[in-house]
Amino acid sequence: MKLSVEGLSVTFGHGAQSVHAVKDVSFQVPAESSFGLVGESGSGKSTVLRAICGLAPISAGRVSIDGQEMSGKRDRDFVRRVQMVFQDPYASLHPRHTIDRSLSEPLAIHGIGEQHERVERALVDVGLDVSFRFRYPHQLSGGQRQRVAVARALMLEPEILLLDEPTSALDASVQAEVLNLLVRLRREHKLTFVMVSHDLAVVNHMCERLLVMQHGAAVEELDRRALGDHQVEADYTRQLLKASEGYQR
Amino acid sequence: MSGHLLEVEDLHVRFHTPTRLVEAVRGVSFTLGRERLGIVGESGSGKTMTGRSVLRLVRPPGEVTAKRMIFDGIDLLSLPERQMREIRGSRISMVMQDPKFSLNPVMRVGKQLTEAMRVHGGGSRASMKTRALKMLEAVQIRDPERVMRAYPHELSGGMGQRVMIAMMLVPDPDLLIADEPTSALDVTVQLEVLRIMDNLVRSRGMGLIFVSHDLELVATFCDRVLVMYAGRIVEEIEASRLAEAKHPYTQGLVDCLPKIAERRERLPTLKRDARWRDSSLADLTGEGA
Repeated sequence: MKLSVEGLSVTFGHGAQSVHAVKDVSFQVPAESSFGLVGESGSGKSTVLRAICGLAPISAGRVSIDGQEMSGKRDRDFVRRVQMVFQDPYASLHPRHTIDRSLSEPLAIHGIGEQHERVERALVDVGLDVSFRFRYPHQLSGGQRQRVAVARALMLEPEILLLDEPTSALDASVQAEVLNLLVRLRREHKLTFVMVSHDLAVVNHMCERLLVMQHGAAVEELDRRALGDHQVEADYTRQLLKASEGYQR
Repeated sequence: MSGHLLEVEDLHVRFHTPTRLVEAVRGVSFTLGRERLGIVGESGSGKTMTGRSVLRLVRPPGEVTAKRMIFDGIDLLSLPERQMREIRGSRISMVMQDPKFSLNPVMRVGKQLTEAMRVHGGGSRASMKTRALKMLEAVQIRDPERVMRAYPHELSGGMGQRVMIAMMLVPDPDLLIADEPTSALDVTVQLEVLRIMDNLVRSRGMGLIFVSHDLELVATFCDRVLVMYAGRIVEEIEASRLAEAKHPYTQGLVDCLPKIAERRERLPTLKRDARWRDSSLADLTGEGA
């Protein structure tokens, strides 16, 4: 298994004030597949991603990559294998760094050469012209910024990409472009995806399997076909499915 | 008098910036009866500015001009600010996107509700409180007494938005302008809030302008939809017939959404045509001339 999460719990705070953000969540993601986490705000879906990266305190359970358990602060080797794309492209790029600087920083940290060529290749790879290289984020549209954020995540040629609501800040037409880009990059770079979204249709489009979460716990794991055929067990999943069809008079 | 609640003809909103002139709305015309009208478009299409101009809420350097803007026989363009203020809130209300930024964070909900009443008519303290409680019940808040005493940060997003709607409905307006009223909410909560708005609009016979980027939602919620692109209405269509839209932009917007029932490897993307900016639908589809 490329990525395996077993009995994961995340607790913030202590004693009476503590919050169980994630309760006993398990799932397996085979190499080069795409797995989705769906739920509403507060369901713990983003916290699962953060726990995988060591950004949230794991109180029970384990996260392993290629059978190797992850613990403590993640090392350099980890970030070369696992990268994340965040929701808001307006907040995730340094406003005073040029695109070139944002993209070459991971290369400098990891002592990787050929920076010039790699940055240009990365831009072309995400469908941006090389002329974007010396621009600042505020000179780019939301969709272009999210392309840069994807390029940045791919600079270190990771195996696993964690996507936290990568298109929910974008217009529908731009969302389609970014989703198409992600599908293509996954195939070309043989990536494993874990994608978090509140939008059932987006996750269903992107992922072969998905886990529905509510209040920090797993509700139901199912595959794409089951969802398409409305073969769902849990009431909550059915409710989400119905809500995704719009308003019923 | 025509039978329309609102008539807007040739509305323009321009922003004079130091470097250039930005035309946010370019010649929008529409009429509204006691119905649910959706305005959809992507960010920057001018949908929010269209809604705001009706209430004359576009601030300088924004400049609003129109040939006509008539609400229930009243010319909104020439109305003095003082009288406009009487219409604003009491006859035309607006619900904004995010309750977090629209409610006063340091005032209890009950006080904010009764303040709205005091501005629009008033009454005794006890009668205002009873009315406020009733409003909260009308938006299906289960524990109105507690919510009255709560500060906005103590409420969830869905509750906050219901309070906003309750507040807007206090003066019993004829027209409600809702700008992305449910975009900050979870899908299941979103539908509950829409249900409440729907019932209120029906039972009170209000007109509703529903501004949204969410085409699916508008198609299922509204009666009629205006599709905006680059500051113009490019297509007007019955909501239930959105699937038969003629304009390539509308078709593109419908198509590019992922659908659970239908598996597609690639989503169709919009190929923006420069002609969409200024050509009429008839010109584009070749039905005109």
